[in-house]
Amino acid sequence: MLDLSLLRATDDTMAKTDHALDLAAFRTRLENEGGPRLWRSLDELSEDENFREYLYDEFPRQAGLMEEDGVDRRSFMKLMGASFALAGLASCSPPVERIVPYVNQPENLVLGVPMFFATAMPLGGYATGLLVESHEGHPTKVEGNPDHPASLGATNAFHQASVLGLYDPDRSSTIRKMGEVSTWPVFLTELQQHLENMPSGEGLRLLTGSITSPSTGQLLVDLRAKFPASRRHQFEPTAGDNRREGSRLAFGTYADTVYRFDQADLIFSIGSDFLHTGPGHIRYARDFASKRRVSGGARTMNRLYAIESIYTPTGAMADHRLPVRASQMEGFARAVAAAVGSGGAASGTPLTAAQSDWIHALAADLQAHRGTSIVVAGDEEPASVHALAHALNSALGNIGRTVMIVEPAEIEPVNQLESLRSLVTDMNAGRVQTLLIIGENPVFDAPADFNFAAALQKVPFRAHLGLYYDETAAVCQWHVPETHYLESWGDARAFDGTVAIIQPLIAPLYGGHPASELIGAISGDARSAHDIVQDFWKARMPAIGFGDEWSRILRAGVVPNTASAARGGAAAQVPAPPPQARNESGLELILRADPTIQGGRFANNGWLQELPKPMTKLTWDNVAHVSPATAAQLGVKNEDEVTLTLNGTTVVAPIWVTPGTADDTVAVDFGYGRRRAGRVGTGIGFDAYVLRNSTGMWWAPGLQVSKNGRAYRLATTQRQNTMEERRPVRSATLTEFLAKPDFAHTEADLAGQYPNLYPEYKYDEQRWAMSIDTSVCTGCGGCVIACQAENNIAVVGKDQVIRERVMQWIRIDRYYAGDPANPTVYSQPVPCMHCEKAPCEPVCPVEATTHSEDGINEMTYNRCIGTRYCLNNCPYKVRRFNFYKYSDYTTESLKFQRNPDVTVRSRGVMEKCSYCVQRIRTARKRADREDRKIVDGEVITACAAACPTEAIVFGDLNDPRSRVKALKESPLNYALLAELNTQPRTTYLATVRNPNPQIKTAGPTETA
Amino acid sequence: MPQLFHRSANTLARVSILGVLLLALGAFGAMDLVNRSPYNTGVGVAREQPVPFSHQHHVSGLGIDCRYCHTGVEKSAFAGIPPTATCMNCHKQIWTNAELLAPVRNSYATGERLKWRRIHNVPNFVQFDHSIHINKGIGCVSCHGRVDQMPLMMKAEPMTMSWCLNCHRHPEKFVRPKSEVFNMAWKAPNQEQLGAQLVKQYHIRSRIRCSTCHY
Repeated sequence: MLDLSLLRATDDTMAKTDHALDLAAFRTRLENEGGPRLWRSLDELSEDENFREYLYDEFPRQAGLMEEDGVDRRSFMKLMGASFALAGLASCSPPVERIVPYVNQPENLVLGVPMFFATAMPLGGYATGLLVESHEGHPTKVEGNPDHPASLGATNAFHQASVLGLYDPDRSSTIRKMGEVSTWPVFLTELQQHLENMPSGEGLRLLTGSITSPSTGQLLVDLRAKFPASRRHQFEPTAGDNRREGSRLAFGTYADTVYRFDQADLIFSIGSDFLHTGPGHIRYARDFASKRRVSGGARTMNRLYAIESIYTPTGAMADHRLPVRASQMEGFARAVAAAVGSGGAASGTPLTAAQSDWIHALAADLQAHRGTSIVVAGDEEPASVHALAHALNSALGNIGRTVMIVEPAEIEPVNQLESLRSLVTDMNAGRVQTLLIIGENPVFDAPADFNFAAALQKVPFRAHLGLYYDETAAVCQWHVPETHYLESWGDARAFDGTVAIIQPLIAPLYGGHPASELIGAISGDARSAHDIVQDFWKARMPAIGFGDEWSRILRAGVVPNTASAARGGAAAQVPAPPPQARNESGLELILRADPTIQGGRFANNGWLQELPKPMTKLTWDNVAHVSPATAAQLGVKNEDEVTLTLNGTTVVAPIWVTPGTADDTVAVDFGYGRRRAGRVGTGIGFDAYVLRNSTGMWWAPGLQVSKNGRAYRLATTQRQNTMEERRPVRSATLTEFLAKPDFAHTEADLAGQYPNLYPEYKYDEQRWAMSIDTSVCTGCGGCVIACQAENNIAVVGKDQVIRERVMQWIRIDRYYAGDPANPTVYSQPVPCMHCEKAPCEPVCPVEATTHSEDGINEMTYNRCIGTRYCLNNCPYKVRRFNFYKYSDYTTESLKFQRNPDVTVRSRGVMEKCSYCVQRIRTARKRADREDRKIVDGEVITACAAACPTEAIVFGDLNDPRSRVKALKESPLNYALLAELNTQPRTTYLATVRNPNPQIKTAGPTETA
Repeated sequence: MPQLFHRSANTLARVSILGVLLLALGAFGAMDLVNRSPYNTGVGVAREQPVPFSHQHHVSGLGIDCRYCHTGVEKSAFAGIPPTATCMNCHKQIWTNAELLAPVRNSYATGERLKWRRIHNVPNFVQFDHSIHINKGIGCVSCHGRVDQMPLMMKAEPMTMSWCLNCHRHPEKFVRPKSEVFNMAWKAPNQEQLGAQLVKQYHIRSRIRCSTCHY
């Protein structure tokens, strides 16, 4: 009777499945299961007829390839007749290619051997150090810089996808004045003419994002010296104003907080997604994981408590998680503070008995971990919560041990919302003569009540510097294309203050200018970005030997000894701020930056659009999330269109029932609904910024929701490639694990030796294998994009995702367990298993998929004739078929992004994870040339290299000292679908969680 | 009812069935022949180049080592085509006014790159690596033929997959001492014996799995 499934919806099925959610039925079903039950979506849990049909249909929606075009067989033959005839002629003789050598070949360049350069990617102002792979001068792939504190060798999806952003054909390519092509000198002349009328700079304003670049900071100082009355405003849609103001409430001035998760045994997160967002999140995830791994023989683990309003990847890692409404977060945090005894009266928020128990258990745990705990507040929580977190850390003696209070890394930190507000006020009052908007898009992402676009048009001279000719550029008279970070010189600080030098990998593709050159140009400084950076550091280093030192810095990517200084005296008692009254009744709206395209910055990046969002597995759209209970209350189900009304402003959004969302809450992601993003991002999703006001940047009360009776199709990979319920993830608590270390093994696994008809392979060289630790996988998706960049994987688009044709070689299955109101979440990355007895191999009629001498399940594209038998026979559903020519063969700029070591696949060809065979073969040839063995760690697959928590480990099982070998011997090691006797090379380490035995009731501690 | 067909029609029918079969076979055979012919493989076909560069003159006439121009051959998958600057190392001094070399001088003066027509090419789905072959004792001549006797560059071998496999299955038939890799004229006195010994000495394995070259 239940159906949330509109994936297969036609008018017909929709009519008959219009039912509300029945929570009681879910619960009954769960109770009757007798033991934990894993589910991937609510309709799977409901065991709905349609879902079963969907599941057993081997290729849903794949039967009629031509259905969308409405072309029948006859017209197809007619249309293709000429092509068939020509095909015979064209295939006779191969075309003659050209070889175009250099005139002067750069020194040290060996054609065909990639070079790596250290640089850094700034995001929200903060840098992450990278090593970028360059093939004959064009960057193709980024890796983390192991020497950079924010990376330690790992990267996230945004870093990985930035190479696609570089080659984006929709980037702005010319300077424009009123939409007409112009030039840099003309722009400078006009700018200077304007500035002549304002000698003191009265009326000259800059609008930038957060800047941590020391050299740009110097330019701003120079600018102020020349134009003392000029002002710089700052605004970013995801600005950490609450974090900044919270530090001011606690310490009197702005300060940054650096956490030492590698020193913490207990973490309490108040709405913080510290493992997945924020300047230091990659490092934090690595440190957090280091205290969470028991596969190496450790007998203790850290413990994470989280309260949050929507499910985040950090919440998914928590041992105890509670969904709490946004309005109650402060009250809840206050109650914890009161229970710990760090001062601050408990708020008036009424707590349930279960919540009360939870808080007391947490408080006792915190008391027991003085100096080894961390309380961390999310950027979305109000400043008072941040101050409370500081107060708690101070009371617990954490400051100076696990929580470092340091000088801010930003240049001129301000409250960015107030900074923008004063700019808008001045623009409306006619006090702004010249406005330069640098790298930001406020017309799209400024708070709606500021009415930024209207105010902007009152400025006589307005110019925009940006990567795209976007919404803001269209309102400005001048637009200057900005250089991508891979094209420009610069410097930026990391979360802990360490400076990294940004060095270009390629000359600007579209002749842009970096922000530093524009800021310099205002005060008449015509230096190039390179000189700006180099001069700045030259002045701060010994003159003798600077050249060598500079080379060393560029090579390492990091300027040594530049981490922010610790604040003295910060460990003093920090007072808790007074409580604020909040309206806690009615529906609340929660606003969050989209997890894959941020606040719209990456809207035109196809990889990120198609990356399934960590918790919902949705692609290409944003939605309004509601909890199952709220959905039942509102009478809505997945893909229902609703009208959201807040203070008279309305927006139409599709509903997505996301288990674990706080009740009476509707959460929307902003960043979609771009009007000028490019051919990928324009016009998809809905613009949630219209609901975002300066009074409610992250949440707002008083939301009204009404159904409008229509349905909106969403593309989710949630139910695709289902392996059915065969204990895919296995978990236990730490206590259970210590009592029974091999809990993950079923009797079937332990029996081990099944009879087999196929002969055993012999491996006298390597035996490649992978181990994936589900205990530390946060499900962030960094590996998915890393794989996409490394292996030239195509983007297929929303329609094809709905048809289950997503091409990503590694998928991250997200399993729920337990109560739909607050389920436990497990993330499990699933690449090809490279089975020893691979079911795909014997069924291929043309031997396009075979077994290599080192145990790789090879896929030979040029042999494949597209029968798809292998896909049918793969129990793990990891094979991907090119139903169309998904790879873009025509866009010139995208060709430079491709990895030249990997074949670009055309239509009709099967593909799948190859264990990055190109990296293995390159390493093997290198080792063979040098007549030695491949050493452990020499071959790292793209996914393993990117993983922030080192959940993925790759290596040679024939090497007795390899890391992967040790992990495979862990009692936690288990294989997916072991009973099928496929003997997969990719195996998993079971999840171990560390719940507090004192907490019996709520929270995701159900083990699978 | 009289017979419509003469007796001979039976024979005719049999012959035509056979004929159609033979014709089909013949057609396939012909296609295969075309496929293997120089028309398709390019063996022995010289192409028009911006400069009629003679390997014969530079290699056997002047004795220049392969690696002087093809610098990447020992380190990289791609042997490398020399930049114009390499040509000009000598041609700044000699044949400075030769009409034939005008494109080279022009390229050097203007920075305009020379555009050579590619002779040896494998499809994009084949990942061929020069360095590993050179380092395991496969001579240039084994694949490229007597380059030192070619006034104009041309392919000497078809470079089809079966041709590749011929050596990958039996490396001992082609391997030579590393010292003789760049020697065009060298011939093993006793390949069978020497080959077997070198395969052992150089740790050469017969690599015939798909992912050796295709990925």
